[in-house]
This record gives sequence, C-alpha cells and structure tokens, in this order.
Amino acid sequence: MDLLEYQGKQLFARHGIPVPDGRPARTVDEAVAAAKEIGFPCAVKAQVKIGGRGKAGGIKIANDEDEARAASDAILGMDIKGFTVHEVWIETAAPQIESEYYASIVFDRGAKAPLIMLSTQGGMDIEEVADSNPDAIATLHVDPLLGFQDFHGRRLAFEAGIDADLVRPVGAFLHQLYGTFIAEEALLVEVNPLIVTPERKVAALDAKVTLDDNALFRHPDNANLRDPSDEDPQEQMAHERGLTYVKLDGDIGILGNGAGLVMSTLDVVAHYGGAPANFLDAGGGSKAEAITSAVEVILSDDKVKAVLFNIFGGITRCDEVANGLIEAFKTLDPKVPFVVRLDGTNDVEGRKILADASLPNVHTAATMDEAAQKVVALAKGEAA
Amino acid sequence: MAVLIDNDTKLVVSGITGREGTFHALNNKSYGTNVVAGVTPGKGGQDVEGIPVFNTFRDAVAQTGANVAMVFVPPRFAADSILEAADAGIPLVICITEGIPAHDELRVYTHLQRTGTRLVGPNCPGILSPGKANVGIIPASFFKEGNVGVVSRSGTLTYKIGNTLAQAGFGNSSIVGIGGDPVPGTSFIDVIELFQADDQTELIVLSGEIGGDAEERAADYIAEHVTKPVVAYIAGFTAPPGKTMGHAGAIVSGSKGTAVAKAEALEAKGVRVGRTPTEVAEIAVEILGG
Repeated sequence: MDLLEYQGKQLFARHGIPVPDGRPARTVDEAVAAAKEIGFPCAVKAQVKIGGRGKAGGIKIANDEDEARAASDAILGMDIKGFTVHEVWIETAAPQIESEYYASIVFDRGAKAPLIMLSTQGGMDIEEVADSNPDAIATLHVDPLLGFQDFHGRRLAFEAGIDADLVRPVGAFLHQLYGTFIAEEALLVEVNPLIVTPERKVAALDAKVTLDDNALFRHPDNANLRDPSDEDPQEQMAHERGLTYVKLDGDIGILGNGAGLVMSTLDVVAHYGGAPANFLDAGGGSKAEAITSAVEVILSDDKVKAVLFNIFGGITRCDEVANGLIEAFKTLDPKVPFVVRLDGTNDVEGRKILADASLPNVHTAATMDEAAQKVVALAKGEAA
Repeated sequence: MAVLIDNDTKLVVSGITGREGTFHALNNKSYGTNVVAGVTPGKGGQDVEGIPVFNTFRDAVAQTGANVAMVFVPPRFAADSILEAADAGIPLVICITEGIPAHDELRVYTHLQRTGTRLVGPNCPGILSPGKANVGIIPASFFKEGNVGVVSRSGTLTYKIGNTLAQAGFGNSSIVGIGGDPVPGTSFIDVIELFQADDQTELIVLSGEIGGDAEERAADYIAEHVTKPVVAYIAGFTAPPGKTMGHAGAIVSGSKGTAVAKAEALEAKGVRVGRTPTEVAEIAVEILGG
C-alpha cells in the first residue's frame, strides 16, 4: 500500500524524523483553518499518489488567508495525471534550503536485504541521477539480523560526499529512517529532498512510503489509512470480496485460479488477438460463492463483451466452480457469452454439472488455446 | 532419483490439525508419502487418522526421525514455525502458506543461510516426485514418473505445464514449486543445480513470471553450468507496468523484470522459450524426440 505524502510524514514524525509542521484538509474551509493555525506563508500541496505534482500546478504558496482559499479551491478536485485530488496538505512553507539531498531504503528482493541509498543530488528524479551519474549515489545493504549500525551512516555519508559537519546528523537521520522502515514493515521509504537548512539542520521535505499489505494485521493504524476512493470501483469491489483483481483496458473478462495461470491466460488471449479486460485470480480453494462473487465483479465492467473461465483444479475443485457459475447465472443473468475450460480436480464432475445445466451462451473448451480462440471470436461478435 | 523428496522422505506437518492441513497431509499420505508426524502446540499426544501429533518439532524429530517439514499454518505464525523446524535440525522445510509478511520472510531467509536448513517456498504448491512422494498441494494424479524436471514460481501454472507434458507422453522426475513471494527460500538456480546432478532428469522446464531478476540470473547460471536441455516459459507478457499481478513478486517496474526482457535473457543464453504452455510442451517433445 502506497501512502500519501502527508501520511508518510506523519509516520516519520512518530519515529522522530524531522518534518515540517502541517495539517491535512479535505475542504476549502478546512484548508483555510489549517493555514491560519500553521501561519503564513504556507504551502498548499495536492495529495495524490503520483509524481510531478509541482509541474501540474498541485503545489502553491499562500501568503495570506485569501491566497490559501484561492489555492486550495484551485487544487481540491484538480485532476493530476488521472488522479483526482481529494485532500490537500497545508504545510509550513519550506524554510530556506541550502542543499537538497536524497535518501531512501528499499526492500531489495534481488539481494534479499534492505538497501540504503544516499546522494547529494536530491530534488530531482533519482532514476535520472542513477543513469547519468551513478557514482553520485552511495549504496549499502544492511544485514537484516544485524540491523543499522552507526558506521553504516558514516560510510554512506562519506561515500556520498556529504559535508563533514553533516556526516553525523545525516547518519542519525538514516538510522531513524531505517528504524521506521523496520518498525512499520515498509517496502520503501524515500525522502526527496532531504533538505539542509542554513542552520545546518536536516529535515524530510517529502515522504514516499510503501507498506507491506501482508503485514498490516500487525499495524492496525496503518491499515486504516487505506483510501477506497482512490481505487478503481471494480478493484474496490474485488478487494472487499477478497479477490485479486487488476483492471485492464480490453473487453474480455478473465477468471482463473492462481496468479501464474491467470497471467498465462491473459498472454494466450492476447496471443490470439484478444484484449483482456482484467486479471482476476479467484485464489486457491475457491468455493462456489467466491466464483459467483467474482463473476459479478467481472460483469460490473460494462466494457466486457465475453468472459473466459480458465480453471486448473488443485485445491480448487472444478465442481465447485461449475456450481458457482450456475449460481451466478441465476442471480446475475449475464448477457455476454462465456467460455469455460475446466481441468484438474473433479473436472469430469464439473463438466457434467455444466452440461446438465445447459446455461445459455456458455461454451466449453478442452484446451487453453481452444478456449482463448473461442472467446476472442465471441468478443468480436463472431461464432465460437 | 528425483530431487529433494523421494522414498526416504519422512514428513512432519505443522498445522496438521487445521482443516487444510489435515486434508493435504492425508492426501500426501494416501499418495504414498511417509507422513510420520504432525505438530500442533497443545495437541501433543493426539493423532490425525493414525499420524501422531507432537507439541514441538523437537519432539517430533526425536520420536520419529522426521527429515522434511511441511508448514501449513496461517501467515502470522508461519515464520515462527519455519524457524522452529530449522531449530529442530530438519534439513528441508516446505512452506505452503501464502501471505507471510515480507520482513518475516527476510529474517527467516537470512537466518537459514547460516544453518543447514533449506526452505522451499513460502507461497508455493510444494514438491512432487511422481511415484515416490508428494509434499504439498500439487494434484498428483495428473503426473507420472519420467525424465522432465519442472521448477516453477507459480502453482496452477506448474500443474498446467506438467499436464500438457503428460498429455504429450512425458513424465516428471520432480516438480518443484518455489513460490511467487519476494523472498523465496530456494531459487531457480538452486533447483536447476539439483536437476543437473539428478540422473533421472534429462530435460529441465523452468516456468517463470514477471518481476525480479531470478529468471535472468538463472539464464546466466544455465549458460555456465548446465549441460542438460532447458525449456522456459514466462507468464505476464500482457501485464501492465506498476501493477501487482496476484503474486507479491509479480510486479513490473520500469523495463527490468518484464516478460520480454526475461525471455530475451534466456534466449540469449540458448534457452528456448515457449510463448504458451502448449508450445513449451511441443519444444520439450521435439528435444526429447518423442
């Protein structure tokens, strides 16, 4: 789960990381009240999970109440690269900045260890720095059982070429950042820019945090930060039903069991010239209700012109899938054709149940390739 | 000979008294796997259809000589269970559990590197050595004994590919699901090394998917160390970047980790890549001269 900037900053503040004072606001009135509390000048910042806010006009400085009102009125509801702004963050306008650094910790699955990165080239796209001047980024993997040591901070700071008087404070900052990464079970914490003030103090002027969804049961406060309004309606519906669903651009609804098989099904459909409308993994051990529920999610996307079921039963039983599909036809009365391929545990029973039910507009296929070819034809309005 | 599990396997199942744990432990037993024990804290002394249950892995190992553990407990308890099995000196732990926190996986992985215990999974379907032993949730009836070794990041896709090969007349030495999580205990390379050394295996099928660079690393390893033919499949050619596709590992960020990049890396090292599971089987048939 990605956090908004201000949620990340609030998380940082709880771990003692210096961040500018700020307040979140969802309406213009809330924003003006927040600005008066913070004092002027203040920054009004759009809260969206996409980069390039500044260029899009999503960050404005307000010198008085009228300007705060005008700025929040302009930013709230704004569309930034397809993301609607539902919230702004009113923040003490950036103190004078002497330098902009970059600091991050990522869960490096290749190396199987947290990777810390530090650079004096902050304030810009770090991927560009990595391309044009890779030596400007100091990197270090931390042994997860040993944890962060003070010398890690010194080594990174010296290697990044940080001013001598800042080696200790930057090291302390990284130590706190690592503590946050571990304590909150993050997959990414990124600070860009990490600023240096004329008083030679460091602070996080931005915060990008990705948390591990699988660990949220240990962090109920973080779990509450999920904002359903920024999820696609179908994805939200699927999420509530415990299904793994990703919306795509095409017109063929896909349901399968197991992430790999579903990905493969998308590929095979594309291979035969079709365009999948979604990725939907009904999961292992799918019961009839889960299947009915999944069909409802798929059909709630009105672009869908045909649906492909590709099931290979392991834990999942094909007779359960067949019963779920029959139930779905009873309750939802779908108008689009279905192609169903059942293989694996109880496939004979499953196919028999479907044959006996003789559902309207349901086609069967013996292989994945045949199923894909049929559904592609049906989506184009041709005979299967 | 098969790899990792065979006729010498003595299996202990953690979570054996849970619904899924009972079902699959008995399923593995009825396949012929020697299931010697179960572990559920507080239920020591009971039995599950004749399989004795112990409070701890230590007790189970001391009483039964168990040498393979299967972990089937919910995600919040799984890391602890794996570590307990390793502490009891079990050399191979197969973890089926899905949804374990990434930081737990990282700590477990790092610790196990310092012990003699190998972890397969988590979030994997287990291992099947047809005709010998089945540990996990792979539907064994689709596979027969043979000379094709399969290693895969995905469960159902493994069954699909194995089944397609079986329909083409081929059997398997072993089918190893390494799981779709960000920190798998065992990598493609680890299993390919075992297949290369295994007399029964004559062809290796690698089934990968988008995300990470495990397939690219495997390509380099194959070029240097593997003399047996390898056929690969990669799922996720149509996956849009930045989206997690079910498996925690299956996310494409930027150009690295895409299906195209993986297929090209493998092909550049002489590994043939089938674009559909059917094509993988066709290539395998061609190589083995079926």
